[in-house]
Amino acid sequence: MADWQEDLYQVLKEFEVSQVSYVPDAGHRVLIDRSLADPEMHSVPLTTEEEGIAMLGGAHLGGARGVAAMQSSGIGNCVNMFSLVKNGLFPMLVLVSMRGDFGEGNPWQMPMGQAVEPVMQAMGFVTMRIDRPDEVESAMRAACTMVFKSGQAVGVLLTQKLIGAKAF
Amino acid sequence: MNEAFRAGIAAEMSPVGTLDRREAVPALVGDPQDWLIVAGLAGTARDTAALCEPEANYFACAGVMGGAVAMGLGLALARPDRSVLVLTGDGELLMNVGSLATVAILNPPNLSIVCVDNGHYGETGYQKSHTSLGVDLAVMASGAGIPAVRSVSGPDEIEVAGRLLREANGVSFVLLKVTPDAGPPAIRRSLDAALAKDRFRAATLPPA
Repeated sequence: MADWQEDLYQVLKEFEVSQVSYVPDAGHRVLIDRSLADPEMHSVPLTTEEEGIAMLGGAHLGGARGVAAMQSSGIGNCVNMFSLVKNGLFPMLVLVSMRGDFGEGNPWQMPMGQAVEPVMQAMGFVTMRIDRPDEVESAMRAACTMVFKSGQAVGVLLTQKLIGAKAF
Repeated sequence: MNEAFRAGIAAEMSPVGTLDRREAVPALVGDPQDWLIVAGLAGTARDTAALCEPEANYFACAGVMGGAVAMGLGLALARPDRSVLVLTGDGELLMNVGSLATVAILNPPNLSIVCVDNGHYGETGYQKSHTSLGVDLAVMASGAGIPAVRSVSGPDEIEVAGRLLREANGVSFVLLKVTPDAGPPAIRRSLDAALAKDRFRAATLPPA
């Protein structure tokens, strides 16, 4: 599992991402650990995911690039803050580790997991699902290009086919 | 009936501010060109626009609530060469008071926060906010671990607080207790987010 997470981090480095915000999740374990150990990266644990959306808006004002990493449930905490992104035409890269998806064993995860894509799309995001480890590098490169070159808001969904379904 | 469960019974715990924000905010901030400024919505968006125009060194979260402190954090991390000031209100900060915890654990030396506290939701009909009912945001900032915190309720306290904002070697937080009886300055200009963003970047980013 760790290999594709390493690929993902390397693409972020290649695109000169310097701020990572997160509420911890197992699906982002390597990203969080790498960012904490990386002297060129600001690694920012949040109290709620919407702080990360505002934070990355501030990063863009200051000419820096960032990524907001969260579990699917976190998207629900961000919805109104996405108004800043849509209204202000801010570039925004959101990495979503999915629960409530393929093979989910915890019913509490299902409502928000199933709502991630329609909610993000309603708020102006392009969403991309990654199901296989060998897709991660090219999909991340595509997403970073759309965000940092074209100024788009993109949600990359790391699905439970990729990260593994939890039975709890 | 159910008097014990009604909000507002502790109103006497929170003396309302007496400062006029139209005088106190400019006195506290000093030369606005010394800062990159992120404002909250409503009152502080207007305070800031009146303070900074015609320069474009400010961005107001003019229509989204709870993000000003976090936005200031992202800007402060991106621009270690500049001092960043967040100027927000009590209602906006209460919506995401956890962001005080987030900035405190990083403690960037170039981030200062001013909360203009009139104890009310001014934009929606001056309903009392929690800070009129016993909640002290300065204590919450200290509790979050922000090292330099000061509460200002009189004009003779502004100068010391202004120095704290400028000289603290870490995050600083000033709670400015203003009267709800004098509103923010009137402004006549667009607070459109896309326009403000592009304008801010053009004015403040170093040439590529």
